[in-house]
Amino acid sequence: MQEINCEVLVSKAAELLEKGTVDRVLGWKAGEFDYDITPAVFHSEQELKDGFVWNDFCGANFSKYLIKETGKSENKVLVFLKPCDTYSFNQLLTEHRFDREKVYAVGVPCSGMLDIGKVKQSAEGIAAVREEGGEVVVDTLYDGSISLKREALLPDRCANCKSKKHVAYDELLGEEGEAVSSARFDEVEKLERMTPDERFAFWQGELSRCIRCNACRDVCPACTCEKCVFDNPNSGVENKAAANSFEEKMFHVIRAFHVAGRCTDCGECSRVCPQHIPLHLLNRKFIKDIDSFYGEYQAGAEVGSRAPIVDYKTDDLEPGEAVGGGENA
Amino acid sequence: MTNQKEPLIPAIGVVTDIRMDTPDVKTFRVVTPEGKKAFDHKPGQCAMLSIPGVGEAMFSITSSPTNTEFMEFSIKKCGCVTDWLHSMEVGQQITIRGPYGNAFPVDTEFAGKDMLFIAGGIGLAPLRSVINYCRHYRDRYGKIDIVYGSRSMQDLVDYQEIIEEWSQDAGVNVYLTIDREQSEWSGHVGFVPNYVKELGFSTDKIAVLCGPPIMIKFTLAGLQELGFDKTQVYTTMELRMKCGIGKCGRCNIGAKYVCKDGPVFRCDQLDELPDEY
Amino acid sequence: MRKISLSKLDALFAEIAAAYALYLPVDTKAGAKFERWEAGKTLSDALNTVRSAKDFFFPQTENLMDFKMEGKNIEVIDTRSETEDFAVFGVRACDVKSFEVLDRVFLSEPADTYYQNRREHGVILSLACTKPVETCFCGTFGIDAASPEGDVVCHKTEDALYLDAKTEKGQKLMAELENITEEADAAAVDAQKELIHERMAKLPLANLSADAFGDGKTSEFFDAPEWSELSQSCLGCGTCTFVCPTCQCYDIKDFNTGHGVKRFRCWDSCMYSEFTKMSAGQPRLTQMERFRQRFMHKLVYYPTNNDGLFSCVGCGRCVAKCPIQMNIVKVMKKLGGRKHD
Repeated sequence: MQEINCEVLVSKAAELLEKGTVDRVLGWKAGEFDYDITPAVFHSEQELKDGFVWNDFCGANFSKYLIKETGKSENKVLVFLKPCDTYSFNQLLTEHRFDREKVYAVGVPCSGMLDIGKVKQSAEGIAAVREEGGEVVVDTLYDGSISLKREALLPDRCANCKSKKHVAYDELLGEEGEAVSSARFDEVEKLERMTPDERFAFWQGELSRCIRCNACRDVCPACTCEKCVFDNPNSGVENKAAANSFEEKMFHVIRAFHVAGRCTDCGECSRVCPQHIPLHLLNRKFIKDIDSFYGEYQAGAEVGSRAPIVDYKTDDLEPGEAVGGGENA
Repeated sequence: MTNQKEPLIPAIGVVTDIRMDTPDVKTFRVVTPEGKKAFDHKPGQCAMLSIPGVGEAMFSITSSPTNTEFMEFSIKKCGCVTDWLHSMEVGQQITIRGPYGNAFPVDTEFAGKDMLFIAGGIGLAPLRSVINYCRHYRDRYGKIDIVYGSRSMQDLVDYQEIIEEWSQDAGVNVYLTIDREQSEWSGHVGFVPNYVKELGFSTDKIAVLCGPPIMIKFTLAGLQELGFDKTQVYTTMELRMKCGIGKCGRCNIGAKYVCKDGPVFRCDQLDELPDEY
Repeated sequence: MRKISLSKLDALFAEIAAAYALYLPVDTKAGAKFERWEAGKTLSDALNTVRSAKDFFFPQTENLMDFKMEGKNIEVIDTRSETEDFAVFGVRACDVKSFEVLDRVFLSEPADTYYQNRREHGVILSLACTKPVETCFCGTFGIDAASPEGDVVCHKTEDALYLDAKTEKGQKLMAELENITEEADAAAVDAQKELIHERMAKLPLANLSADAFGDGKTSEFFDAPEWSELSQSCLGCGTCTFVCPTCQCYDIKDFNTGHGVKRFRCWDSCMYSEFTKMSAGQPRLTQMERFRQRFMHKLVYYPTNNDGLFSCVGCGRCVAKCPIQMNIVKVMKKLGGRKHD
């Protein structure tokens, strides 16, 4: 369950619309079920009352939508941001991807979003998902109601949340949280401890499921190129589907390189992957290496910060020293 | 299975002649390695040409079906495949498959009618096939008027053939125009749609239009001003294609596939399609 | 109708695998997936596979032909080969129906011989769905989850698997299984069908109707103002098209191996910006236009060209997988619920 309930968000949005601070609201819209929630633009209190929703399935990060949305009008748009979303928000501002003056950001505390995939692993045929006595209760079509532990339904990005603290907002609803010292690099360390062959086999297994739908790229707040190299027929790498097994790996490796130092670890890539590939682990490896080579750096923690890999210092690590990220690397 | 013909597997074509028509249009003559015509076609139909490793693209067959020896393609340099085709020398092999699409109804709706052909720029390419077909079977058609315009005198495709052959035919009138004045040009200057209105054709004929979308739009409006009905006007469409046989899914306008239901459309039929071209 | 005890499923699969390359859904950490059966692999209990069964006939990538280039000469190498006989077990009613949708594209003149060859060599053993889930809406398109089509139609009850050959191909396969299966009457299967029908009627999407759509409705829906709102947060990715059992758009590309050129075919998506892009222009400039194309094709254009058959089978994969949770159900509800002048 989320700390702030939906009515608070709706009345805040209605108030800002009423005052004329904003003329539209970027928010989550209810679907057919409790979990199929779509990012949407709301223009009136009535629209908000009819469709706005804030629950455990509001995982979508709206930061990237602001690029398109702020280009549509001179008026301000209201955006609701969870703590992890605010890092992407700042990173996009750092990259001058939208006009801060056209946005009114309201921070919303987040107690972690549920992974519907994990819910479905435990419950077949979902009629409703609700919260009861601190547990998640799933009303199923055939097996009655099932109680599930909330922690077991969190995706990795929430189970290993890096921060409950908002790094950007105009206004905050509820109490501010703290940066969390999570175990988010544990999985990366496990991969580092593998032998190169084991690691290759691991990624081979994961990436071989890729169907090149590009959802990871299209949702990624760090992937905002006007023309992606993989869509450019003159790049020599434009392919919709893997022409061979080498290429499907290269797509993800090249993408990870391209967002290195800019990825805020929001985890949207893994959330949207229809094949459940843990893509965020690639990015976390880069983040961990950057931390260890150049000192701790969190992309998006502040607007205008220079990522270590684009900021030359005379005492930077030499390439020779950098080799050896793990004992088996 | 290997005996069964696969529509996506092309045949080999040999380029036996290359004619520089304009600074960016070349006309390629293609035959099979045995020196024969690759396949029969009807006026208005297209073929897929490719250079393996570069790509495949759809082109209208510009030569008339009545030419039984070879096929010709007039191709404007404007992309990957066409750049490569333009860099070819005589003797180069390419791949060819087809014919694709419907055709102009030369033996039905056009039969016995006066014909008005209107083209702009490279738009003459798909019309050359039907014009030469009508010229070949001269007695099956009435009067033939041809209005053709381009940016400049140098950009008129098939200029030599127009002057030396078409203009010499009895009952064929050719009206040429260029967009801007040129010292060596003594003919008409002005855009095609305006020239068509100036010429003021009578409406007892079939009009066939081909050219850039903007030219088609204004010429069609001009013809309607002259009293033409959309059922008397034909045009051809061009959209991105990959298969040529209505399966790859990209060249549709509404429920119609340009590669198989087109490229020839009567203008009133186009009105029934959604405005997405 | 024949039957075999569930405890003997392995023996059944082994018997089929002796004559055919056998594929069936198995569980993986990323959900159920069709895999080649071998001893030790067990049938997944999942309702459906993450990827659809279209891969068997229309794989995501396939080599079409090779070229050898020498000087000015080109040699075309026909790389087609005869597909081995294969059997796919556990195909659900929705996916079986998708083959008819694909057939009408690939087998219409001129037939696609790559697809045709795989179709000729593939035997489909369909399996009725005892527990359809909330994302299922095959009933909307007249599909009966209790009575799938297929060469051999199977029903799995508590203790037995019932097999009923429906085609010549199915009879040929069943002949191989004569010794390990026994004759059965239809009582258990009929009871199961009844139960499935009751369950289908209670599904959350049971009332979804496609009546508003179909043949000749282009002008009614093309300019609907709702497209803009429906498509506003579409990412333009290809997830819906790639998990869809009926999406069949493809691209043809050349790949230079250094020793020659391979011309291959791969799935394409009308959601992608470069799908219709050409040097002369782009007929679908915005994501709204591309989004509209996908749903108009499924609900209007395809039925217009195919005797009213919709190119959606209600499998619910797009409902489950769209990153922004926008899907054909929401589109149909929004557009179909609208009053038209």
